[in-house]
Amino acid sequence: MADLNKCTISELSEKLASGDCTSVDIVNDVLASIDANDGNVGAYLTIDREDALAQAKAADEKRVAGSSLPMLGIPVAIKDLLNVKGQPCTCSSKILEGYVAPYDATVISKLREAGAILLGRVNMDEFAMGSSTENAALGKTSNPWNLDHVPGGSSGGSAACVAADEAIASLGSDTGGSIRQPAAFCGCVGVKPTYGRVSRYGLTAFASSLDQIGPITKTVKDSAILLETLCGHDAMDSSSIEIEVPAFGKELSTDTSLAGMKLGLPKEFFVEGMDPEVEKSVRDAVEHCKSLGAEIVDVSLPNAKYAIAVYYIIATAEASANLARFDGIRYGMRVDGKDPADLYAKTRSAGFGQEVKRRIILGTYVLSSGYYDAYYKKAQKVRTLIRNDFTEAFKKCDAILAPVTPTPAYKKGEKTADPLKMYLDDILTTPTNLAGNCALSLPCGFASNGMPIGLQIIGDDFQEETILKVGHAYEQSTEWHKRHPSL
Amino acid sequence: MKYEATIGLETHVMQKTNTKMFCSCKYEYGAEPNTHVCPTCLGYPGALPVMNEKAIELICKAGLLLGCEINPYSKWDRKNYFYPDMAKNYQITQADEPLCLGGEVTVEVEGEMKTFTLERIHQEENAAKNTHVAGASLVDYNRAGTALMEIVSDPCMSSASDALAYMTHVKQVMQYGGISNCDQEKGQMRSDVNVSVKPVGQKELGAKVEIKNMNSFAFIQDAIEYEIDRQISVLESGGTVVQETRGYNPDRGETFTQRTKENAHDYRYFPEPDLMPVKVSKEQVEQWRSELPEMPAQRRVRYVEQLGLPEYDAGVLTASMDVSDWFEETMKHTKNAKAVSNFIMGEMLRLLSEQGLSIADSKVTPQKLAEIIALIDAKAISTGGGKQIFETIFNEGGDPAAIMEAKGLAQVSDDSALEGWADEAIANNPKPVEEYKAGNPASINFLMGQVMKASRGKANPGAVMQMLKQKLDA
Ligand SMILES: [Zn+2]
Repeated sequence: MADLNKCTISELSEKLASGDCTSVDIVNDVLASIDANDGNVGAYLTIDREDALAQAKAADEKRVAGSSLPMLGIPVAIKDLLNVKGQPCTCSSKILEGYVAPYDATVISKLREAGAILLGRVNMDEFAMGSSTENAALGKTSNPWNLDHVPGGSSGGSAACVAADEAIASLGSDTGGSIRQPAAFCGCVGVKPTYGRVSRYGLTAFASSLDQIGPITKTVKDSAILLETLCGHDAMDSSSIEIEVPAFGKELSTDTSLAGMKLGLPKEFFVEGMDPEVEKSVRDAVEHCKSLGAEIVDVSLPNAKYAIAVYYIIATAEASANLARFDGIRYGMRVDGKDPADLYAKTRSAGFGQEVKRRIILGTYVLSSGYYDAYYKKAQKVRTLIRNDFTEAFKKCDAILAPVTPTPAYKKGEKTADPLKMYLDDILTTPTNLAGNCALSLPCGFASNGMPIGLQIIGDDFQEETILKVGHAYEQSTEWHKRHPSL
Repeated sequence: MKYEATIGLETHVMQKTNTKMFCSCKYEYGAEPNTHVCPTCLGYPGALPVMNEKAIELICKAGLLLGCEINPYSKWDRKNYFYPDMAKNYQITQADEPLCLGGEVTVEVEGEMKTFTLERIHQEENAAKNTHVAGASLVDYNRAGTALMEIVSDPCMSSASDALAYMTHVKQVMQYGGISNCDQEKGQMRSDVNVSVKPVGQKELGAKVEIKNMNSFAFIQDAIEYEIDRQISVLESGGTVVQETRGYNPDRGETFTQRTKENAHDYRYFPEPDLMPVKVSKEQVEQWRSELPEMPAQRRVRYVEQLGLPEYDAGVLTASMDVSDWFEETMKHTKNAKAVSNFIMGEMLRLLSEQGLSIADSKVTPQKLAEIIALIDAKAISTGGGKQIFETIFNEGGDPAAIMEAKGLAQVSDDSALEGWADEAIANNPKPVEEYKAGNPASINFLMGQVMKASRGKANPGAVMQMLKQKLDA
């Protein structure tokens, strides 16, 4: 076995181009790895082997016919909240059991056009509400680096399958850190693009003003290649922005110099209670960037400390409306009742999990008559302050360096009893969602217990190129990304 | 004690757009249920709304026609409520920043000119149609998400006649402006009515009762009258009127409680994150203003000044845009405006109402009416013959000249035939002859009638008159 499943997108593209392997070979290796390991990892919810192999065969035929599409023949795992025509799309919720998507999300159409193989659907926290994938109703996912630990969330399956070499790359979505945090917990690279960069059409909404789809990959270069495929204006999404998409992949050179680059360090992001090993790894990474020629400057994001409070008002408010459509009338689960209200209550009581119910109730409360001004309206004002902080910071630097999470991946069950404790884990990732700008997470070390640690590189609006460049330079001059978990 | 009523209307009008408000599905009345649907209007996971630009143009034009200010910056909100007619369980609407602000209309109510002011017009999406059958409820989402605007008046009316005059005017403006067909049978125009009653002279308004979702003007009128009486009798018997939402039962002619204030919905409005705010530039507004079509008042003036029609005729012809358009189409084929007007006001409207048809269904086309009028003007047929031809075509179809031949309606102007009938009439009716000669010119009409009778209506009346005068004056 050539272990093609362990390769990166760029390595496989070369092998495919030179005829060293076929897409069918890659898919076979990936399927073998799933067979061997997914019983333990539990990344996948559904996988259609025949369909994956048929897509691979078609990709190989296209290549013979002369096609050289950027993602041709590369298998990508899909977070279970993206609609793929003819496939289930459960969002790991019982309420969507039986639903079959009647259409392709825009990113799925783009993947198809780029020649990618849609491999299977991976697990997540129910409706993307969670930070450990423990809120999943339809599967249990473990961290490939230590099966007793959580993979992070909500894109836990997307990160775990890439870390376990059960996919070459995957798509996740990031509402408050749901790509960056699991990428950090699993030792992968993940990008949350600028809001409006990637179409949300076909992404089952959690919080519409915060959600963005992005890649989870093994290297920064792979993220660049996959991100380029996903980006672009979409008339089907009014929040998608008409702006040129740079050739992210091609921009990354072998030159790892960061000379002339100013990198900001926000003191507020080294929070109290932060794991000392995380802090050390991140500070070492900052020093490393300095050694590559970057100038390190102090920046301040004074309102970032309110991000969790603001996030849990805005995200839950939007979610309370977004999830209202799951009512048992048109698709998914239905528990009959004596009248519509009874049917709704029974269906939603049986269909939604604890955390989803908690957030719907919270969101409903903050929008209620008499509370709107005190919560929702005030949260929007603070959101503007957080955004202004970033605008100020980016006057002083090209990108910001920070930890992704206060701790490495923790053990399963450690935080499930205390939702507030779990919410606080998002403290370093939510500010970017609220401000709308982009950020990248990549490995920068390992804790003494062997769990990966992530470095966050935060960029200004539409400055994905900059954060990819910094990330690539760091990655290519370090060895962290070369480690694989032993499964 | 004397009481007075305060009435405000919320009128929902379905705009004439090709596609729905936030997706590209078509709307077609009476189509097979659930055939014009997509992930967006069915509220499928992940589907997103995209604003219909044409609807924005139409609501702004409606606003300009009703004297509103066009809001340069308006936004979308979600109105949350659970009901099977709303696929997402929230409706996209405009809460605090609607597209059109203010506005006023001046209309005649029972001979008096009154001005009614508007609060706003906002854009929203229509609900699906629910049908209840034995043991089940069926939902047709064809109508779900179609463009619907809500015209909100101030509480500025005081009687059912005010409300009727206001709605009639709004409907006319919507039709003439090309905003909506306002076909009430098809639910394209529906109103909610707010009614409150207070002692005359009291400043603060009484408790507001909302009567929901009525489409017929007659029902709205009845419901308002019933509700005013009901509230007055509650007050007179020492009770208090409860603020609530009521429905109207047209069979019983009564309103009934639907939802009290305690059970009122909290709609939890908040800004719709899936749509960007709408910005309308001054230049755009001026462009739309310059494209506004002629309104009924302007048409009336034109009919009087340019076509020489009486005010009354102009009023009748412009009351409905279908009729007015039909009149204008006929005028492309004839110059005789008064004859066209007479036929429309007489035969056409009578036959349409007798048979419950609309003018679009008439087998008499504008060209055919013009041909009938041409035959009359050429004296080939009498006006009466023309009416017969009109009615025949209206009922059976056909060609005016052919019907004239077939029914033998061609007029006789031949002197020898006329002379025979005239002599006969004079000989048989000495008394009117005497009276005429004694200086009573009206008596000639009796003789004229005798000639027409003898000719079975075929004699040319002008020629008959001339002939009789010649003989009697000789
Ligand atoms: Zn549709």
